[in-house]
Amino acid sequence: MLKEFAQHLTYDVIKLGHGSRPADALEFFIYDTLKIFLLLSVIIFVVSVIRSHFPPEKTKKILSHKKEFIGNIFAALLGIVTPFCSCSAVPLFIGFIEAGVPLGVTFSFLISSPMVNEVAVVLLWGLFGWKIAAIYMGTGLLVAVIAGLVIGKLKLEKWVEEYVYKINTGQGQEIVKQSFRDRLRYAQWNTADILKRVWLYIIVAIGIGGFIHGYVPQDFLVRYAGPQNPFAVPVAVALGVPLYSNAAGVIPIVYALMEKGLSTGTVLAFMMAVTALSLPEMIILRKVLKVQLLGVFVGIMTVTIIAVGYLFNAIL
Amino acid sequence: MEIKVLGPGCANCHKMEELAKTAVKELGIDATIEKISDIREIMKYTMSTPGLVVNGKLKHSGKPLPGPEKVKELIKSEVQSQCRNC
Repeated sequence: MLKEFAQHLTYDVIKLGHGSRPADALEFFIYDTLKIFLLLSVIIFVVSVIRSHFPPEKTKKILSHKKEFIGNIFAALLGIVTPFCSCSAVPLFIGFIEAGVPLGVTFSFLISSPMVNEVAVVLLWGLFGWKIAAIYMGTGLLVAVIAGLVIGKLKLEKWVEEYVYKINTGQGQEIVKQSFRDRLRYAQWNTADILKRVWLYIIVAIGIGGFIHGYVPQDFLVRYAGPQNPFAVPVAVALGVPLYSNAAGVIPIVYALMEKGLSTGTVLAFMMAVTALSLPEMIILRKVLKVQLLGVFVGIMTVTIIAVGYLFNAIL
Repeated sequence: MEIKVLGPGCANCHKMEELAKTAVKELGIDATIEKISDIREIMKYTMSTPGLVVNGKLKHSGKPLPGPEKVKELIKSEVQSQCRNC
């Protein structure tokens, strides 16, 4: 149905000739735009309803009773649905630690939350197919679990700022009760809010796919970071770490890199590095973590993401 | 009436403060608006910023921000419950 609509717009309304290159590009653009925005609206809405059941206060409670390993897995999964923005990282971190959530488990959550979310998964699904989306989600969770486990095993509690352990919030934090109607209203509101923030990036990404598709010469990027270069993954990750963006913002770059012929593993590793690690987030986390722990965190994440990149380049 | 805006100082927290100010002005009520950026103070109410606290009660926390009408509603609900008490 979407396909017919895109064809109708291209050939009957705008009246481009059949089979011409601009017509193909436009049809592809209209179809992909409609498809992705429909997918996004539906999935963000559904995830928002689920999300309304998991405010950070509840996630904290669930995780405070969990042992390591199981806790890490739960934390990574809850990271997908618990609302989180980097400016809440500090209160969240303190809240978790105070509630007795192990340090490594807290990290699993902090890693998975910005990296694996419905927006990232839908965009990858819409642009590259469900396999790539599933791989990204699966490995994102794996990275969060492994990095959290390693940080937990290293016993780095001493490198958390002392005042974090002294904060006592008591039982003041309450979970606001919501009716089903409230949840639906929240979901609608959240969907609109997210779409408002990401639509432009998506249009740009699809534009790259639709109009540059096929025109792009295999240029120097491929020569230096293409499949033949064994250092492509570390180079991509090293470039991605200081860059800061959410999943939607990085999508146009991801699309362009894929178009230029970079391997999937390299590109996914790049995307993970951009979304999971960023300078602004480090500056925020510095309020609760000592420099040593920040360093260990960045180091472990970098190594794990590089490993994931190589893994996929090897098997895909 | 006492209104507190909770936030460590990100863009959304400033927006929340503006929303609260506008709402108070439009409702024409007598209220003090205090910006709370001390993490210990914020943690007494919530882990998700920005937060809106009216008369010691948490009315909103986290993203996305409530719209201007919703903020007015949140503050008004507190005005009314106050009157029921007197």
